[in-house]
Amino acid sequence: MRVYDLPDAKGHFGPYGGVFVSETLISALEDLKAAYAQFKNDPGFLAEFAYELKHYVGRPSPVYHARRWSEHFGGAQVYLKREDLNHTGAHKINNVIGQALLARHLGKPRVIAETGAGQHGVATATIAARYGMECVVYMGSEDVKRQAQNVYRMKLLGATVVPVESGSKTLKDALNEAMRDWVTNVENTFYIIGTVAGPHPYPMMVRDFQSVIGKEAREQMPEMTGRQPDAVLACVGGGSNAIGIFHPYIIDESVRLIGVEAAGHGLETGQHSATLCAGRSGVLHGNRTYLLQDDNGQIIETHSISAGLDYPGVGPEHAWLKDSGRAEYVAVTDDEALEAFHKLCRLEGIIPALESSHALAYAAKIAPRMRKDQILLVNLSGRGDKDMHTVAEKSGLKF
Amino acid sequence: MSRITATFSRLKLQGRKALIPFFTAGDPDPASCVPLMHALVAGGADIIELGVPFSDPMADGPVIQRSSERALKHGVTLRDVIGWVAEFRSTNSDTPVVLMGYANPVESMGVDVFAGAAKAAGADGVVVVDYPLEEAERLVSTLDAAGLDTVFLLSPTTTDARLKQVAALGRGYLYYVSLKGVTGAATIDVVDVARRLAHIRSFTTLPVGVGFGIRDGETARAVAQVADAVVIGSRLVQEIEAAPAEAVPRARAFMSGIRAAMDTGAAAA
Repeated sequence: MRVYDLPDAKGHFGPYGGVFVSETLISALEDLKAAYAQFKNDPGFLAEFAYELKHYVGRPSPVYHARRWSEHFGGAQVYLKREDLNHTGAHKINNVIGQALLARHLGKPRVIAETGAGQHGVATATIAARYGMECVVYMGSEDVKRQAQNVYRMKLLGATVVPVESGSKTLKDALNEAMRDWVTNVENTFYIIGTVAGPHPYPMMVRDFQSVIGKEAREQMPEMTGRQPDAVLACVGGGSNAIGIFHPYIIDESVRLIGVEAAGHGLETGQHSATLCAGRSGVLHGNRTYLLQDDNGQIIETHSISAGLDYPGVGPEHAWLKDSGRAEYVAVTDDEALEAFHKLCRLEGIIPALESSHALAYAAKIAPRMRKDQILLVNLSGRGDKDMHTVAEKSGLKF
Repeated sequence: MSRITATFSRLKLQGRKALIPFFTAGDPDPASCVPLMHALVAGGADIIELGVPFSDPMADGPVIQRSSERALKHGVTLRDVIGWVAEFRSTNSDTPVVLMGYANPVESMGVDVFAGAAKAAGADGVVVVDYPLEEAERLVSTLDAAGLDTVFLLSPTTTDARLKQVAALGRGYLYYVSLKGVTGAATIDVVDVARRLAHIRSFTTLPVGVGFGIRDGETARAVAQVADAVVIGSRLVQEIEAAPAEAVPRARAFMSGIRAAMDTGAAAA
């Protein structure tokens, strides 16, 4: 593939993506599309974005050769793209800075966000504090209970956290509620979506902001290893960290792209979040994509040990990359992710996020079957400090 | 002529405006759906917008969200809703029924299958809230072929370029959403609506209904003086929610009150 220029003008990635929203939201999306088209190539805007990424986030994030872990496999060499070292502890902040800068240029003093585990909410609250913006974060009331620390973090940063009581009271309902807020307050409000989903231009815009991950990696890998990796792996919930590292590699057809979904208790149990592995096409949250749904088109509840992967949809570009065969999508269970989590702690002194542990777990599956001169690059999308509670509970401990 | 167009023509001759109630099929329970439809007609409804429940009603406020959740707790499906239209149609051949809901249940059934089943049941029109113009071409051509009207929403922020497209693609009537925001929010500014409707009418001869923010007879009367139809959703669903066991008589009484207020307005005008 020499050229890759999706989405088209209407936001379509093949049959996926698009703008599936009520007429009441169309003008807001048109304004956003126009603003993004103007700023995405504006040297001043890009310089501002680059400055923030360097001096506030700490980019570029390093690539690290996980030597002991690789030796343990006796196969492929595993390299980690260290998004866990970013300010706020994950890749989420890359995108939030981009969108918050746009909000500033559009003169919107109020930003809103949805959050599941709280990582995107914390990143948004962080930037809102940095730019002096009002910040409201919608979070399912179930998640508010499960993620009390992140709720407190957002409040410390000055954000208002609104528990959402509708539907399944989780991430998908928080997204619905944030959309409702946006349509009501669009004059003064910018909606910062946290993943590569939602109506066009969000999937494209979030991808562009996150693709700094892959752009850096494409320069760093040859410097470190003399060539590009044989495969790039990333976990996929909504899919923003995965698109971020995949996108600059799409044109390098010799590089396998592997997205790793959450198989939860196992695909056969129905308790999972493996949208691409086990879902089918539908329309939710403003775009057409793969969804986990029942026979009547109702969205079903999902499960994953990692709250950040616990989402019944997935970014439309991933749906396209799957159908076109350019990327492969697989799933690993809660237990497999936990095993990888512990291995990385003990062998490399790195505590990974449970989300990222899914990508690590699949690397652990394929590395032993590969040659020692082969290279895997895993996007370590976040650090695991936020997951202490969940992991301790699994080990029978209570704080 | 479609049943919807015939209804608007008849009302025009009578100098009256259409009253269009909305409620979610299967709320408060599946057995009430068809009796509620008949009660609304008895109370003075001219067209019924029958809501198809969805797990993620992004464009709806809390009242209609809750009604959708109640219906889904009863396991209500799009097939059930189409079945109730057929049951209603067996004793009412005059009142148009418009199915209103979100894209995913329709896509899950398949647009072609849906159009065939809805037409066979005696439905007249369809509103898919999250199919704006950009994504609606296939829906419109499929519904056209089946003989069903595609009803589009317009908002205060709809541009002239889009009005032109809606005028070309819309069938039956247009539904002007008079507020920014979700269903059930705030109240309506009738002067503003009148100004906006005059502008919309410079693009289309389709009848224009107005909804969102109509809570009582007085507002309905004021809106009826400028619009071709008055749509009432959240306020009616509140009646159903307040006393589920008496939903049918309460819905009828509420409808009668609105009808009387609208017709008084017509006589005075």
